[in-house]
Amino acid sequence: MTTRTGIVRIAAGQGFWGDWLEAPVRQVRGGPIDYLILDYLAEVTMSILQKQRSRDPEAGFARDFVSQMERILPEIASKGIRVVSNAGGVNPRACATALRAVANRLGLGAQIRIGLVTGDDLMDRLDQLVAGGEPFANMETGRPLSDVRQHVRAANAYLGMAPVVEALQRGANVVITGRVTDTGLTLGPLVHEFGWGTGDWDRIASGTIAGHILECGAQSSGGNLLKDWRAVKRLEDVGFPIVEAEADGTFVVTKHRGTGGVVNIASVTEQLVYEMGDPTAYITPDGVADFTTIRLRQSGKDRVRVSGIRGRARTPMLKVSIAWFYGYKAVGTLVYAWPDAVAKAKAADAILRKRLRALGLEFEQILTELVGVDATHGRLAGPADPDIAEVTLRVGVRARDRAPVERFTREIAPLVLTGPPSVTGFAGGRPQVEEIVAYWPALVARELIEPSIRVELL
Amino acid sequence: MSATTIQLRYLAHARSGDKGDTANVGLIALAPALYDVLAEQVTARRVAKHFKGMVSGVERFELPNLNALNFLLHGALDGGGTLSLKTDAQGKVFSTALLRMEITVPRKLARRWRAGDD
Repeated sequence: MTTRTGIVRIAAGQGFWGDWLEAPVRQVRGGPIDYLILDYLAEVTMSILQKQRSRDPEAGFARDFVSQMERILPEIASKGIRVVSNAGGVNPRACATALRAVANRLGLGAQIRIGLVTGDDLMDRLDQLVAGGEPFANMETGRPLSDVRQHVRAANAYLGMAPVVEALQRGANVVITGRVTDTGLTLGPLVHEFGWGTGDWDRIASGTIAGHILECGAQSSGGNLLKDWRAVKRLEDVGFPIVEAEADGTFVVTKHRGTGGVVNIASVTEQLVYEMGDPTAYITPDGVADFTTIRLRQSGKDRVRVSGIRGRARTPMLKVSIAWFYGYKAVGTLVYAWPDAVAKAKAADAILRKRLRALGLEFEQILTELVGVDATHGRLAGPADPDIAEVTLRVGVRARDRAPVERFTREIAPLVLTGPPSVTGFAGGRPQVEEIVAYWPALVARELIEPSIRVELL
Repeated sequence: MSATTIQLRYLAHARSGDKGDTANVGLIALAPALYDVLAEQVTARRVAKHFKGMVSGVERFELPNLNALNFLLHGALDGGGTLSLKTDAQGKVFSTALLRMEITVPRKLARRWRAGDD
């Protein structure tokens, strides 16, 4: 299976659901790659997908994936590139079915073998698991799941690379999963190609860190790069990152020749520390990686060599992402212009709050931010410029019941004619009431989940 | 040797992200030689003071191999994830908020690195 040079090239094509639609096409056409990794899932994404499935039983996956695959399927087939994606979200079977239909329509039915990974969805087994003694205690608050059990909408275990490896070994050239970890999408192909075994913890940690560098797309190749940001050229043509991995676990981070952006020590380091906890214990279902062992070296233009990575044995637990219905929120904005923009916005906020109170509406929280003054850095931004050209008043509310939030959405526009002057920017209409599906992180014993993982070829 | 204060923006770059109601900030020295200054001066206690009223607690981890420090800012995101009403519900710009912090360094060092400002 291993390519002739002993190097396996894994290319990142999406860093989240909503990322640049052109990226997968450019990765496939821009130069040689062996695997294309498409990561669509985040904590928040699972909640959104769950909401969609509750309205439509055929929804609940990243639909972008299907339209993006439609553009690249012929080349995937002709060049022998394999795709691994967690686009399945909370409904991987529907995702695989949709892709199967596209492949057949393109006349590629025989050439595209879809590997479908299921078994992460714990919703139907949740009560049985709780009855069996799994508390699903919230990892942040320690509270037992029974607090919110009746509100749970989805529960998915984070699966590791094992089912991805199995799908590849059985000949899948497109692997579709639900909640497989972002890093498992990259580690799976490496374990498949190099035959790393359980117990090969340093190499598993290396593949995991390669996955971490790829999982946010261009965030490791010049996008969102703070250091010398003006010096990052041609982001309009940004090359998404590619890992060139070797059997010993070392790898080079690079991008296709001729693309924009940059791969350097700074771009890779910024991605390494992104969403980092304890760097000595980056825990995944596949092992524990120690980020304090990583060695980086610029080995050429847009090439960073990564080596030295040490890891430890995996834990007996898997993380579970539980989505539960919490309540409602809405955010309204209005723009106030010079002169006295800040004072006008603050006066409008005070009027709005008095009206909400007079209506007897109860909220869990009302949050006011002045965009242009304090929305991103709070008091650290210092006092507002008294001569500021304009400021956006942004008021958010949250409640367990829908009614007060609904009423709040009707109290923003009236401020235009019944509040302070020089106000604009309300053309977008009434704010939308949003359902809040909250995230409940928990752990579950690995041995209760793994026997139910299934890999099918479609 | 005379000393002066300098904003971290002249000595480090940073990226932040979220896990639930906790924001993390990875603070990376602009040059390897600056790591020791950051490690000595940018303590968990001083970062907690910088973000006073905005976070409930701060933890610090060291990554000398990457010339970086990692800070966990607990309770920073107004509930975090989908609950938060904040513009920065996912803690994306706590990174530059930390770069506003001032530390004390030798005047010569400050002069050299501030000159790199554009």
